[in-house]
Amino acid sequence: MNFSWLMPETVSTFGPALDDLYYVILWITGIVFFITEITLVVFLIKYRHKEGRKAEYIHGSNKAEVIWTTVPFVIVVWLAFYSKGIWDEIRDPDSIPAGAYQIEVTAKQFEWNAVYSGIDGKLGTDDDFESRNTIHIPVDHPVQVNLNAEDVIHSFFLPEFRVKQDAVPGMRTPVWFQATRTGEFTLACAELCGLGHYRMKGTVIVHSKSDFQSWLDHQQVVAGEDD
Amino acid sequence: MTTNTIAGTHTGHTEEHHNPGFIKTYLFSTDHKMIARQFLFVSLFFLLVGGILAGMVRWQLGFPGEPMPGGNLLPDTMAPGGIILPEFYNSLVTMHATFMVFFALMPMLAGVFGNLLIPLQIGADDMAFPRLNMLSFWITPVAGIVMLSSFFVEGGAAGAGWTSYAPLSASGEWTGVYLGQQLWLISLIIVGFSSITGAINYVSTVINMRAPGMTWFRIPLATWSLFITAWLLLLAVPILTGGLILLLFDQTIGTAFFRTEGSGEPLLWQHIFWFFGHPEVYILILPAMGLVSDIIPCRSRKPIFGYHSMVLALVTIAFLGWVVWGHHMFQSGMNPMLGMSFMVTTVLIAVPSAIKTFNWLGTLWRGDIHFDTPLLHAVAFVSLFIIGGLSGIFMASAPVDIYIHDTYFIVAHLHYVLVGGTLFGIFAGITFWYPKMFGRMMHEGLGKIHWILSFIFYNLTFFPMHNLGVQGMMRRIYDPNQYEFLQALQPMNTFISYNMFIFAGVQVIFAFNFLWSLKKGKKADNNPWKSNTLEWTVPSPPPHGNFPEIPMVYRGPYEYSHPDTEEDFYPQDVPPPTSGSEGYSFGAPTPEPVPGD
Repeated sequence: MNFSWLMPETVSTFGPALDDLYYVILWITGIVFFITEITLVVFLIKYRHKEGRKAEYIHGSNKAEVIWTTVPFVIVVWLAFYSKGIWDEIRDPDSIPAGAYQIEVTAKQFEWNAVYSGIDGKLGTDDDFESRNTIHIPVDHPVQVNLNAEDVIHSFFLPEFRVKQDAVPGMRTPVWFQATRTGEFTLACAELCGLGHYRMKGTVIVHSKSDFQSWLDHQQVVAGEDD
Repeated sequence: MTTNTIAGTHTGHTEEHHNPGFIKTYLFSTDHKMIARQFLFVSLFFLLVGGILAGMVRWQLGFPGEPMPGGNLLPDTMAPGGIILPEFYNSLVTMHATFMVFFALMPMLAGVFGNLLIPLQIGADDMAFPRLNMLSFWITPVAGIVMLSSFFVEGGAAGAGWTSYAPLSASGEWTGVYLGQQLWLISLIIVGFSSITGAINYVSTVINMRAPGMTWFRIPLATWSLFITAWLLLLAVPILTGGLILLLFDQTIGTAFFRTEGSGEPLLWQHIFWFFGHPEVYILILPAMGLVSDIIPCRSRKPIFGYHSMVLALVTIAFLGWVVWGHHMFQSGMNPMLGMSFMVTTVLIAVPSAIKTFNWLGTLWRGDIHFDTPLLHAVAFVSLFIIGGLSGIFMASAPVDIYIHDTYFIVAHLHYVLVGGTLFGIFAGITFWYPKMFGRMMHEGLGKIHWILSFIFYNLTFFPMHNLGVQGMMRRIYDPNQYEFLQALQPMNTFISYNMFIFAGVQVIFAFNFLWSLKKGKKADNNPWKSNTLEWTVPSPPPHGNFPEIPMVYRGPYEYSHPDTEEDFYPQDVPPPTSGSEGYSFGAPTPEPVPGD
């Protein structure tokens, strides 16, 4: 059994920043956890009932209240601003790198359909082709996935990439990431979407740039022949 | 003591010979204490229902695909051959949460303790509107029966999650659940009226019916928290009810508020749901905080540390609860630029939560702690609420939430707040006020055994869920083994299931103690815990009308171990000595008019 609090391996460019933020919070909350729980246990032992001893008649301390109001306030507001930096890097629409490779992903009960542009390099034209439950992307190049849903809400979850974004019917939601190494990775649905929700899975295949190009060329030719 | 005529207006029906017969006493009673007991039995029943559903969920996760013991009793539409079907699993998850939130925890907090404590702690003879109070109770079992019946209709019970996200919930074509989902909506619309009528009563009673001398800052924290909770109920529940009605229209008469056919907006449902849903979280935790805030000073024989900041923290949490709903929607497709505003408001809730925790610790500091069952449960509440509060900071940070949203980390967090926090708070409350409700003490030895076993197996059940979440396991999935990266977590899931079964089994000790003590418990006198608050000045259980005459309040509720008193407590209604310690007065001896301060 794995009782680890460590984040699993990440393969996206912003993954390490997100993981660092997680570890900062883990440290802060971990320290507060041990201090408060140990204090609680010490007080319980030290001030347990003993014959002949009366509790002290104390109503509180304004100084203490000010301290334990201000210190948490400063810490959490700092944390919110620290988080904002990373949030903007990942989610600000303006932060999506120019020239990101575009893929249109449509979720429906219970599969993922990825649509790529054909030879013309444009999405939404006749020579587009698609792959079901597998998403092919190049390594070291930003990718922008435009999420759509046909029926109900699904959630596009790539655990290793630290990507999660709901796909909502009637909306087109962009989400971007960039792979740092090649390999095959998990695509999961993270939003309850019906009886087959638990098996609505796919694979993200990260190719080297040259492999991706030859895969793309091949698919484009095949797609072109269909017409 | 001077007899008080001001409060006479409220004592109009204090009959000396009150003997209304069986049906009016036990079924259609307007006595707030009887209504509290009725709520207690009904909510304990639904706690059992919710627990059984959780057990089935844990069976499937611990032993996926294996026939469940006793599962062959279920029809083939749920578990053919005892093996749980995916669609039934979705119903189990949905209905577990629904029963626990709306039919176990809410009635147990607002229904039981709101009814029992508010009139007694403020020195009133009953609620402001006793008949409305009776109605508020009777709505609950009716709604509960509607909810239970949905298991037996074609298509089964609702399976779109307790959050019921549209469009999944808005049309049966996506789930195969038509009538079940509609009954779910109807039941929640009905039960909402229980909360609303109850809340009207609590608010009116606290504002108008306080005994002379019971100023705002002499109200015990249990009643303070129930008063604040009543405001949240009054303002939040109608929002949910409105949303539920719109969703029911989408389901039945073809409107498209939340369906995309006809330009509906799925995210609108989430905004409505969570605008209710986040105050709801505080509806479920504030009363438990209040109960614990009364029990810890009493059993530590020491005034509560920082009474005023405790009240302010309650009010602050209640206000902030209205402006944080978006943190449930960071990954929903809501404009990401809203992330920062919801992140700031959300993390700010850590501040009043920290204040409350430190004040509980401050109360124990230099106290004279008596380790009775209620105190043990209250301490468990504090230690587990710390975990639930701290784990909340992870998901308050929007980037970290990207990864842990909809994973078992969230499941761990919410169960630390709602089971570790609320349920242990309820155990503290039941064991503490049981003598006042039933006139007998619960068995102390059994109580302690129940406490220690619950505490251990609770943590063994829910703590490892954090680790599952960190490793990426999604919530609400029927069979995690579908995913290669989750297969390694199966031993952990099995471990959690075993511990959950033991945790559930331990509750038999509580049930036995509860029922056995009704008849065989040691008889309780007026004030077995030597507490200061007004409910302990009258017999256990108090007679109809509560107080022989409306009491006069001279001081705050937490005057324990006062240097001028022989005993280590100083009840709120004991007049200060008229000679001797003249000049030392911490409470105004002259009664103030009740309303309007």
